[in-house]
Amino acid sequence: MMDIFLMFVKAFVVGGAICLVGQIIINYTHLTNGKILVLFLIAGAVLEGFGLYGKLVEFAGAGASVPISGFGYALVHGAVQAAKQDGVYGAFTGGLAACATGVSIAIVSGYLVAVLFRPRTKKK
Amino acid sequence: MESNAEITRENYKSYVFEKMPKSSHWKNMIWAFLIGGTICAIGQAFIYLYSLWFNAQDASVLASATLVFLAALLTGFGVYDSIGRFAGAGSTIPITGFSNAVVSPALEFRAEGYVYGVGAKMFLVAGPVIVNGVTISVVVALITLLFGLGG
Amino acid sequence: MDYYKKRTLCFSNSFVVEGYTIAGPKENDGRYKGFFDFALENDMFAQNTFERAERKMFEHAIEGAIAKANLNEVDIDAVIAGDLLNQIVSASFAAKKNHAGFLGIYNACATFAESLIIGSSMLNSGLENVVCCAGSHFSTAERQYRYPLELGVLRSPVTQWTATGVGATVLSDRSEQKVPRITRATIGRVIDYGVMDTNNMGAAMAPSACDTIVTFFKDTNTSPNDYDVIYTGDLGKLGSDILMDLTAQEGYDISSKLHDCGASLYWDEQQTYQGGSGAACSALLFNSVLLSRLRRGEYKKILLAGTGALMSPTTSFQGDSIPAITHLVEVTA
Repeated sequence: MMDIFLMFVKAFVVGGAICLVGQIIINYTHLTNGKILVLFLIAGAVLEGFGLYGKLVEFAGAGASVPISGFGYALVHGAVQAAKQDGVYGAFTGGLAACATGVSIAIVSGYLVAVLFRPRTKKK
Repeated sequence: MESNAEITRENYKSYVFEKMPKSSHWKNMIWAFLIGGTICAIGQAFIYLYSLWFNAQDASVLASATLVFLAALLTGFGVYDSIGRFAGAGSTIPITGFSNAVVSPALEFRAEGYVYGVGAKMFLVAGPVIVNGVTISVVVALITLLFGLGG
Repeated sequence: MDYYKKRTLCFSNSFVVEGYTIAGPKENDGRYKGFFDFALENDMFAQNTFERAERKMFEHAIEGAIAKANLNEVDIDAVIAGDLLNQIVSASFAAKKNHAGFLGIYNACATFAESLIIGSSMLNSGLENVVCCAGSHFSTAERQYRYPLELGVLRSPVTQWTATGVGATVLSDRSEQKVPRITRATIGRVIDYGVMDTNNMGAAMAPSACDTIVTFFKDTNTSPNDYDVIYTGDLGKLGSDILMDLTAQEGYDISSKLHDCGASLYWDEQQTYQGGSGAACSALLFNSVLLSRLRRGEYKKILLAGTGALMSPTTSFQGDSIPAITHLVEVTA
């Protein structure tokens, strides 16, 4: 039971800290949404290139896998694993295969929401 | 800049920077930490839930997928942008922010039809993430093959 | 200023016969609640897209202004109108309903002041009645210039809020009653001080506002004390502060006279940060609040300086800085 509680704390703190770093970057550079997402994605991907981000995921669970840097990690991790098995062919298929669920769900739910909902204006 | 110095075309940018309101940086950062942390903790809860039925890796993927779906719904109900207004990076950087970035243009541009609106504009904001992510994953995997690094 | 050249026009027969405003729900909850002729309950205006809603607002405002001035559509010689959308579609499409000549114009938030200058010049060249019209819509502008509406973003504290509304003015070359007149105007130059931050349009526009206002005072040998108020539209709060610094440097203290259409449109609780922006702000304020105060004699002489930031999303993405323009009109009661 204690393990589970500790895991939640780790996920909260590590996930929060990653977002905090992002907010500090936004505050001082005024980077737009798209650029922030790409920046963190590349950060996760490069760290995984050196085999580091996987360790963070083991340590913090969702705290490291839920931020967009975890998406970059999953892409690189998938590509590298597949490359080890299937060579060059795997390098090209592994990344997208590992993230296919998330991307497909995003696309399908995007479509669904577009069909079911109406755009609404901001209040504030 | 001295307050009595002359403002010229050359020093205008630094003059403006001095004048800009510097408020609420701390508040932004605290909110980003709290909301970002909460979203990740919810993700962790889903991981535990799914690991009752699936292995660790699948549970993690499914948890992210669930968050993506929930964020899409919240976007449809017009709630996610209200969270983003104060949470900033706390709602942008988690995978839910990616979902919001996919769903919001899709919803927004449905007036232009399902081909040129929803279809073409869906990846207006999130497209760079997929493009850069896939490219870098292939590059890293190829480098790994060549030099046997990492992973 | 690099060099000085006179560029102020004088008008002898430009009478502001009537003004009509249609405002969005948030604008009508603001500081000038009740001043507008027509307030929308929601910003869809019973249309199925925001763009069509904006178009309908233009149609409504032009019709409303003509009717309020006790004129018929056939009395109108020309409509001069503009909005913020690409290819100024809202104004152009709305003009399909009118038989009068149409000039579509764009100078961002300075569009309304520009339309008054062009309209007054046309009256000087023989036309009898013209309608000058400008407006914007938060939701259409937001999706064209910034992000999709549902995208969760933290807005920078220097951003302004694009106002929803349309204001239309009927100008005539004669008037039986005593009505306010447009007496002089200064055409702006495009000025770029290298500001890159598209959120911070007030800072981008302030140097151009200073240039036009100071040029007007020099051209006409007047000073801020000759005017009851000077309204800019829309520098926002930060932009207004910068403008005061800049004009003070040129030897004109306007701090006691300066108001900003955008900054005064909303209450602080409405969280628009720097206040309103968009072609609607100055059109809304001039045709409601300012016009009625001029008629009641509260103001004898005012200046309205429309300030526009002339960038597009394409130029911003390509890393170009923001050029700005300011047109100024002098209105005498």
